[in-house]
Amino acid sequence: MDGFPILSALTYVPLVGAAIIFFWPKASPQAARWVALGASLVSLVLSLVMLAGFDTSASGMQFVERFEWLPALGVSYHFGVDGISVLLIVLSTLLTTIAIVASWSSIQHRVREYMITMLLLETGMLGVFVSLDLFLFYIFWEVMLIPMALLIGVWGSANRIYAAVKFFLYTLAGSLLMLVGIIALYQSYFEQTGIRTLDVLQLQQGNYGYTFQMWVFAAFFIAFAIKVPMWPFHTWLPDAHVEAPTAGSVLLAGVLLKMGGYGLLRFNLPLFPDAARDWAPVIMVLSVIGIIYGALVALVQPDLKKLVAYSSVSHMGFVTLGIFAFNAQGLYGAMIVMLSHGLVTSALFLCVGVIYDRGHTRLISRFGGLATNMPVYASFLGLFTFASLGLPGLSGFVGEFLSILGAFRAERAAGVIAFLVVIFSAWYMLWMFQRVAWQRAPGEPPDANDPEAKLAADEPRPVMGGAEHGDDVIDPRTFRDVTWREAMTLAPLAVLSIWMGVYPQWFMNFLRTALELVAKPFGGIGF
Amino acid sequence: MANWLFLIPLAPLAAAVINFLFGRWYIRDRAHWLAILGVAAAFVLSVAAFAQVAGDGEAISQHLYTWIPAGDFQIPVALTVDQLTAVMLVVVTGVGLLVHIYSVGYMHGDPGFYRFFSYLPLFVFSMLMLVLANNYLLLFVFWEAVGLCSFLLIGFWYRRRSAAQAAKKAFVVNRVGDFGFGLGVMLIFVNLGTLEYTGVFEGVASLPQGTVTLIALLLFTGAIGKSAQIPLFVWLPDAMEGPTPVSALIHAATMVTAGIFMVARSWAIFAASPDAMLVVAIIGAATAFVAATIGLTQYDIKKVIAYSTVSQLGYMAFALGVGAWAAAIFHLMTHAFFKGLLFLGAGSVIHGMHDEQDMRHMGGLKKYMPVTYWTFLIGAAANAGIVPFAGFWSKDEIIVGAWVGGRPIIAIVGLIAALFTSLYMFRVVFLTFHGEERFDRHHVKPHESPAVMTIPLLILSAGAVLAGFVGFPPENGAFHHFLEPVFSGHGAEAHHVSTATTLTFGAISTVIALAGLGLAYAAYIRGSLNPATIAARLGPLYQLAYRRWYFDEIYETVIVHPLYRLSVWLWRVVDVQIIDGTVNGVAALVSFTAQRWRRVQTGLVANYALAIALGTVIIVGVYLIVGSNLFQ
Repeated sequence: MDGFPILSALTYVPLVGAAIIFFWPKASPQAARWVALGASLVSLVLSLVMLAGFDTSASGMQFVERFEWLPALGVSYHFGVDGISVLLIVLSTLLTTIAIVASWSSIQHRVREYMITMLLLETGMLGVFVSLDLFLFYIFWEVMLIPMALLIGVWGSANRIYAAVKFFLYTLAGSLLMLVGIIALYQSYFEQTGIRTLDVLQLQQGNYGYTFQMWVFAAFFIAFAIKVPMWPFHTWLPDAHVEAPTAGSVLLAGVLLKMGGYGLLRFNLPLFPDAARDWAPVIMVLSVIGIIYGALVALVQPDLKKLVAYSSVSHMGFVTLGIFAFNAQGLYGAMIVMLSHGLVTSALFLCVGVIYDRGHTRLISRFGGLATNMPVYASFLGLFTFASLGLPGLSGFVGEFLSILGAFRAERAAGVIAFLVVIFSAWYMLWMFQRVAWQRAPGEPPDANDPEAKLAADEPRPVMGGAEHGDDVIDPRTFRDVTWREAMTLAPLAVLSIWMGVYPQWFMNFLRTALELVAKPFGGIGF
Repeated sequence: MANWLFLIPLAPLAAAVINFLFGRWYIRDRAHWLAILGVAAAFVLSVAAFAQVAGDGEAISQHLYTWIPAGDFQIPVALTVDQLTAVMLVVVTGVGLLVHIYSVGYMHGDPGFYRFFSYLPLFVFSMLMLVLANNYLLLFVFWEAVGLCSFLLIGFWYRRRSAAQAAKKAFVVNRVGDFGFGLGVMLIFVNLGTLEYTGVFEGVASLPQGTVTLIALLLFTGAIGKSAQIPLFVWLPDAMEGPTPVSALIHAATMVTAGIFMVARSWAIFAASPDAMLVVAIIGAATAFVAATIGLTQYDIKKVIAYSTVSQLGYMAFALGVGAWAAAIFHLMTHAFFKGLLFLGAGSVIHGMHDEQDMRHMGGLKKYMPVTYWTFLIGAAANAGIVPFAGFWSKDEIIVGAWVGGRPIIAIVGLIAALFTSLYMFRVVFLTFHGEERFDRHHVKPHESPAVMTIPLLILSAGAVLAGFVGFPPENGAFHHFLEPVFSGHGAEAHHVSTATTLTFGAISTVIALAGLGLAYAAYIRGSLNPATIAARLGPLYQLAYRRWYFDEIYETVIVHPLYRLSVWLWRVVDVQIIDGTVNGVAALVSFTAQRWRRVQTGLVANYALAIALGTVIIVGVYLIVGSNLFQ
């Protein structure tokens, strides 16, 4: 494979797919779906080939592609991956493929445009993870924004325009700050060395003054914090998730949120170690607030997607908490949380999508007793529920425990308070599971042989949902179990989640050298 | 090295996975074969492991793979069997096997039959891994995994709201304990750099006293949750929503004793901290007492036995707290037999009474179900501590242990609780099997259970009679000698117990147990005491016990509701109004100013010309004032 530009290939294959659909105006919706699926599959296969060829013992960037692009400005075309990005790339290609399968029948409106948007989004996401030049990085970062906003704004539900605009403006505000930071960095490096460059690895060699670090760190940080999203920059997330179509939520939660954590690891820590150390207390406090706050707010959500969205705020708090612990456990934890959250939360959104397609509602109170008529679905939902609440043996636990252990090691109080979330996460997830999969459909009377039937005779039970809400409410007892296609979108995520929980070593081997490098300026504690 | 150890947990795991994946479509009502086969295989292998440990006197172990390699945090999946684990293995697989066989009859015809025989072996697997683990994190993993199985089985009849609620409550309350346990594990790692038992116990001596106490108390928090001690015992009585075999295996014989096992396993840490030991002893004694008082007042047969379980776990905990390690494990073992027996017996009653659980609607069942009656009676006698049944030996040893361990008050509390124990146990026997028949004889036809259910009862009752003798003579039996290698070293010294002390306490215990029996007889058979009058005379004290000391109500008002209201406030006010309000406010401000500026764009050339002229004047004016030296 020497010399074959595999990173460029896997990044641009979706773009080619989008172009095919675009220049084939007579393509039927079915043809558009197949082209999109084919393109994303090719990209997935290429990313797996890349993963197979990745040398876990080597330090530094691999599969590097580099040539001058705009030499006058110091812009180069520089692609490369290390342990941090390599797994996120595979996560992105996998989730995009799954997202396309998941939209197969639920998207019936402007299918060609939808598939083009999905493929453009994939190119944008992959570009962000492979770019090692800030100019390229910034372009991909912005490119990715537009298709996502379109996904929400065109194929979303009732209040989609508000959500799309909010998402767009929030993220744009962050990226403009980052642009300012990039220019300042570029200028400072030029003043130091007389070399104009935007190459990330080269900029890391620079020597930046303390005040400068503090300011530019903040500029980058806010951009990434909005993306993560960290409390209090999170309010775009619930709206975006609620309005986005299922596949949009999958990619938003599964990949886009990861860019925040990725950016912190790739730029903030290596470029501004002194500032990172001094900002760390603030960030840890915000992370802990986010972790607890997200869990508590998730507890009282009546809407399934909002519940999962707020749980994301809570989970992503572990990412920033772990990163700013600056030790081995924290950094590993942050990365594993990102990967695990990408699998599990995406799967939860797919699960919500399955019953949304049948019941046309996301309100928890409209469901109930699904384990009876949808046993396979309930098994999947149960698995992901437990993965999300951090049951050991599934993916959620490894990352969360490591991240909290890292925080505990660096700053006792942060670890202790963050660990409280194990109580709340069990509470809100199991309560959701209980109301959706267990008990009975709204208004359904108790079974004849149920001891509760005796109680029910004495006290009048409120009849929820059902007829009083009128016509469009569909009885959950009539839902069919998952179709094969739906099962195929959930099964790989289930397998990966179990694998990551039982044998996390496989994933952690990819991360080792890259994380060691990140931790070096901070004393490499714990390695 | 023993590279076959992994087979012990693997056999039930395989059965669980196959039944779960294929049960619904292919295996259906044949699921029990695979499950019983898996657990039986585990039992045979456990006995082999036990024999090997007993023969060599040395622990055997097997390293499987490195689970988490995060820098200097290296956690292996490694199994180890020492004497303590060997006892647990045999108890778990032995009782587990009997419960599996019993369940074939009890669960017959249930639509979730295959599901039941998938969850139950999964529990056996998790419990086996819990006792086999060689480090704290692996222990924690399966500590939570047994919690998962408990959740799935309590909520087995998930269509009942009460069952679903109880399952969630069990998991969440246990998570409160796990919060402490997890912190304890982290604290161990941060201080000692390892989580493997051997390394930790060696390192404990080098730690400052305060740290050891903190570690011990945090670990014990986990045990408070899992082993249903005050103040977290509230989940266990609710857990009776699960099918009765589940109550027998998980919520009596094995899972709830995981906390006791864990503390006994960590005895080197606890022994190094007298303060922590005192806390353990006090909580254990309080639990034994409080739960026994509640047990006196309940009418649901399973609830009484559940509170009895809580109370007996309290005995085990205070045994640990006074340093009577072997006695705690001894009681754990005998309790597994007689409490498993009592639950299965109660299940047989419920089965024969068509799902009736209220003892007020029972009575006189002795003649309808003789096997159940006699086996239940043996279990009750063992639980009440009547000579020479199993419970007598182990409970007596715990009380003696408290006395010689320098905690006389705790020994006395133990004796008082023993009176209540005997009273509530025989209250159940008399209310259920003796006296007049208080059920509707036209609709309920009590009948004895099938052989598949009564044979496990007979085997367990043999255990409830005989298990005590492995600990004979007291403090010096074969059981104690077997466990000695585990509970020695690390500067431990055994208390010497004189024969006189042993005999004295044996006599006191016997009198107390018989007194309880006599009181129950007087109240429920002879009728010379009227329970209702006594309850009325006790007034608030009776209400306190009957209302379960108001623990649930207190949690509901002090924790759950305020937290819920806080969450709503965080969402509606902080999130929507403050944070989002600010964001939308900024957007509205931009929009508002933009609307104002838009007015400037009038489209009239004259206006623009005026603006240009004004602008020129201003710029030139400013330049003249600031930029030039014309006026200076």
